Amino acid sequence: MEQASATAVKQTVLHALHQELGGKIVPFAGYALPVQYPAGIMAEHRQAREAAALFDVSHMGQLRLAGADRVAALEALVPADIAGLGVGRQRYGFFTSADGGILDDLMVSNQGDWLFLVVNAACKEADIAHLRKGLKGDVSLTELSDRALVALQGPKAAAVLARLAPGAETFRFMDCRPLTIDGVACLASRSGYTGEDGYEISVPAAQAEALARRLLAEPEVAPAGLGARDSLRLEAGLCLYGHDLDGGTTPVEADLVWAMQKRRRQEGGFPGAAVVQRQLAEGPSRRRVGLRPDGRAPVREGTVLTNDQGEVVGKVTSGGFGPTVGAPVAMGYVDAALAAEGTPLQAVVRGKPLPCRVAALPFVPHNYFRG
Amino acid sequence: MSEKRYTEDHEWVMVSGGEATVGISNHAQEQLGDIVFVELPAIGKALAKGKEAAVVESVKAASEIYAPADGEVLAVNEALNDEPGKVNSDPEGDGWFFKMKLSNPAQVAELMDEAAYKAFVAG
Repeated sequence: MEQASATAVKQTVLHALHQELGGKIVPFAGYALPVQYPAGIMAEHRQAREAAALFDVSHMGQLRLAGADRVAALEALVPADIAGLGVGRQRYGFFTSADGGILDDLMVSNQGDWLFLVVNAACKEADIAHLRKGLKGDVSLTELSDRALVALQGPKAAAVLARLAPGAETFRFMDCRPLTIDGVACLASRSGYTGEDGYEISVPAAQAEALARRLLAEPEVAPAGLGARDSLRLEAGLCLYGHDLDGGTTPVEADLVWAMQKRRRQEGGFPGAAVVQRQLAEGPSRRRVGLRPDGRAPVREGTVLTNDQGEVVGKVTSGGFGPTVGAPVAMGYVDAALAAEGTPLQAVVRGKPLPCRVAALPFVPHNYFRG
Repeated sequence: MSEKRYTEDHEWVMVSGGEATVGISNHAQEQLGDIVFVELPAIGKALAKGKEAAVVESVKAASEIYAPADGEVLAVNEALNDEPGKVNSDPEGDGWFFKMKLSNPAQVAELMDEAAYKAFVAG
């Protein structure tokens, strides 16, 4: 059993580098990835908030969608405004199911004559199958499995990248276009999963290690693992698929209405549109909210939330300690009537009800570069 | 003052007079990473060897700390409420968790000494 699962775990092209850097390797979404390096999660978290941290996110799926009907075909599966996406611009979106649930979330950018999609590792195979089945017309889908993906995140990321790629500093948040970095032809977007300014860089697999080493050689940069990635995105109020989002959760419940632009909300034309439109009109029965425990005990995923009568009113979907906040932070779903900021609730941790409050998201302000 | 003993669950225990001080080993704190919260037992709580006595939370997860022997909680390290990081910086000193009265001191003598624990950790 153990042998079988060990061989089933894939490695990214940066695996040897992670080991050399002392990364503590764990299985994640079918890949062996560093949860942390010797510096530790707190230090790696601060590195991204204060300077620049380099993450290997090569486990994520990179897809190329080409063909004359690519925009309409993708809009039939994703309730984001793809038609309105300018060349070199990127947008967050998700695949919805017939009952309005979220099958995966993704990034989509317009690369002129093709669309670049980045999907979650754990959903990659299902997404590809879903696309192959659902894409209609003149469309071709290619998995860009010969590319790695790294994220350079933090307030110093732009200065670092501009040194190796003059012009990188001119990218605005959610710009996504070709960029030659230290002589390597990459596809870079000014975006990330930390709430900080930064870039996600799609690089040919053969050049990925050299690029990672080149970035790590800059004095502002240090490597960061999955642990810091999770605490950073939680503080930034960003959802993790399979935890904060799943097939039983709609975009309206998840407070992701902003990612379904007006035309799409009005016109529908995506799976589950009727459910989504009804929830938009009537309001959902539950909502995703931020939660701030009053005490210091972390309130983690799966924790039951109760009202002052002790009745179950929700559940935590992500939670832990926020190193920048300096206190525990969490996200979860609560009855819509209890979703207002400041609403007192109780989180039942190890049988004890701990007081907490509904809090605004993000917990740490986003530091995006909007130009 | 006895020598320090260790459990297979990576707690340490040091007996002085009739009192045993309990914490987690340096190896344990290294494995856990940055500690952000320690849930200490109530003073007077009855402890049973191998059963949960406290909870330590790192950035990524909560882990149970087990009683190294039967007994009763006499005191807890209140300093950890404000500075849980002491468990990382001084796990086998200022980062102690609680003191307990031992019902059966022989249970401690059965635990590993430092050399045996080192060998155990080395696997």
